[in-house]
Amino acid sequence: MIVTELAKLVRRPRTWVSLALLCGLPAIVAIFLGVTEVAPPPGEGPTFLSAVLSNGSLYPAAALAMVLPLFLPVSVAVVGGDSIAGEAGSGMLRYLLLRPVGRTRLLVAKLIALTAYVMLAVVAVAATSYAIGVAIFGTEPASALAGSELITSVSGTGLSDVQVALRITYTVLYIGFSMLGVGALALFLSTFTDSPLAAALGALAALVTSQVLVTLDAAASVQPYLLTRYWLAWVDFFRDPILWRDIERGLALQAVYVGVLLAASWANFATRDVTS
Amino acid sequence: MIVTRALTKRFGRITAVHEVDLNVREGDRYGLLGPNGSGKTTLVRMILGLVYATSGEIEVMGQPIPRRTNEVLREVGALVEGPGAYAHLSGRANLTFLDASGPGGGGSRKARRLRVEEALTRAGLSGVDDRPVKTYSLGMRQRLGLAAALLHQPRLLVLDEPTNGLDPQGIREIRDLLEELNANGTTIFLCSHLLSEVEQLCTRVGVMDRGHLVLEEEMSQVRSPTGRVVVHTPDADRAVALLDGGVEHRDGARLLVRTADAAELNARLVREGLRIDEIHVQRRSLEDVVLEATGPGSDRLDAEPAEPAELDGPGVHVDGVRKVETRPSASTGTGTGTSLSPGSEPDAWQGTSREFLE
Ligand SMILES: Nc1ncnc2c1ncn2[C@@H]1O[C@H](COP(=O)(O)OP(=O)(O)OP(=O)(O)O)[C@@H](O)[C@H]1O
Ligand SMILES: [Mg+2]
Repeated sequence: MIVTELAKLVRRPRTWVSLALLCGLPAIVAIFLGVTEVAPPPGEGPTFLSAVLSNGSLYPAAALAMVLPLFLPVSVAVVGGDSIAGEAGSGMLRYLLLRPVGRTRLLVAKLIALTAYVMLAVVAVAATSYAIGVAIFGTEPASALAGSELITSVSGTGLSDVQVALRITYTVLYIGFSMLGVGALALFLSTFTDSPLAAALGALAALVTSQVLVTLDAAASVQPYLLTRYWLAWVDFFRDPILWRDIERGLALQAVYVGVLLAASWANFATRDVTS
Repeated sequence: MIVTRALTKRFGRITAVHEVDLNVREGDRYGLLGPNGSGKTTLVRMILGLVYATSGEIEVMGQPIPRRTNEVLREVGALVEGPGAYAHLSGRANLTFLDASGPGGGGSRKARRLRVEEALTRAGLSGVDDRPVKTYSLGMRQRLGLAAALLHQPRLLVLDEPTNGLDPQGIREIRDLLEELNANGTTIFLCSHLLSEVEQLCTRVGVMDRGHLVLEEEMSQVRSPTGRVVVHTPDADRAVALLDGGVEHRDGARLLVRTADAAELNARLVREGLRIDEIHVQRRSLEDVVLEATGPGSDRLDAEPAEPAELDGPGVHVDGVRKVETRPSASTGTGTGTSLSPGSEPDAWQGTSREFLE
């Protein structure tokens, strides 16, 4: 069942189109930057963009920062929302259950496929942007910006290549896990409706609400519990030393969200009438 | 094979299935008939564990549903309310996916391919190419659904409108296929609107009306003689005079004679020198029986419904009263009082054409 779910994911054109779009945005930005060499001043524009002109190996971090607010959650919400509702929409849900695939098994297989997609998406963005970054900006530190062998961390001190690679790996994992929260939300909604679109839109509505409230001072009391509250904490991986406080909180919060949403999805799906 | 006891399903205020006691025995070819919205599909879904009953019990192959659904379903093939498929994949790829997703889907690559090919062949799709399902015709999709149901040599086939969208040729083919499977020991439970399909295929019929199972009988019982003989004769006037009151109804050259013995009647008429075109025992038709047992389809939502029976809620009484009218006549089943009561004679000839098949 798990293998067939992964095979379904791989055989869907949509999977590859969405990955191409995700990887395409950083590529376009890189080309503009490479051609014009006009970097946004430090502290303005997308995170890290000011630094990448000096060294392309930092470009994956900039690329992830670009797709994180919108592109990535949208694709994850679409795939997550499709998981159960999509099967219901195509009329295959009942035939899978009649095959029989137990409801719990089906949900687990969907979750694994979703996780695979999330990780594939994040890794694909990181990998392609690394390649593009190195190709366009090179790995030579630009003397104007750094003046040493080191890439400047957000804190102002230098990072070695190995450190950069390691921290980008952390970032990929952290963002992947954050996206799993969105995925779990979409999966949860997907067990309620027969329309994949409705499930994806529901998840996105929740995300937008959360992102608005995170920036709203009046909502300070609920901010620590918002899904997107610690999404940007991955920037702390590029401090020297790494600032773990928000990262840890972010991981814990996402774990709670994922756990609760999955349990609720299971409780709903295992007990509901399948009338699609 | 399938036994339900006082099975009830409510969707909010709508009672889709109401205290149904169904009994499908091993080896049966059971046909479930009923107007639109009478609860057939809901009943099937409950039997297959897709929908959970509000109250009542279900046993399939001796196992309780939904507690042991997954064990039971290994030996069940089903088609529920039309086929399902991933539209962007070919029919073959769809079956391969379905085959691989459940128990018994293993084996060597060759064994798996063989299983899929055999199911396709049985359903009459062996020559299908790799076009995606979205390009299939309605009939091809239906056959694909049947192929999926046949994938694992089920002991029980549950088919909700299996011939929907098939041409007469296809319907015939499927009927032959089902007969063959049944001869090899597969029990068949099918829902249909097509009286002729059920009449030709099934050994047992059940009739649902507004959630109630109003009739469950052997087909041979349903098709029992009415105690009348139909005679076509050019000498109708003389026959009427001769039989003296034995003729219940006359329509030109056709007579309806009250007697159980066609041979004896024939001999008597011939002895008197009457010419006879045709003579046969009148049997109840499935159509008469079904129409009599059921009201109009409950999804006929007329602006001013004559009987607001579908929504029960506080109006259970309405439903109850109505049932009192229909039930006894339907479940007597002795063959004496169908549409041939003197008050409704025209029906005896025309075969009523109420909107059952709309
Ligand atoms: N998911 C649902 N929610 C609410 N009501 C439902 C649901 N499914 C079915 N019903 C109602 O239950 C009743 C029985 O429906 P069902 O589909 O079982 O009828 P049916 O006999 O299969 O009809 P048809 O011959 O048209 O297929 C109908 O009144 C229908 O409106
Ligand atoms: Mg139906």
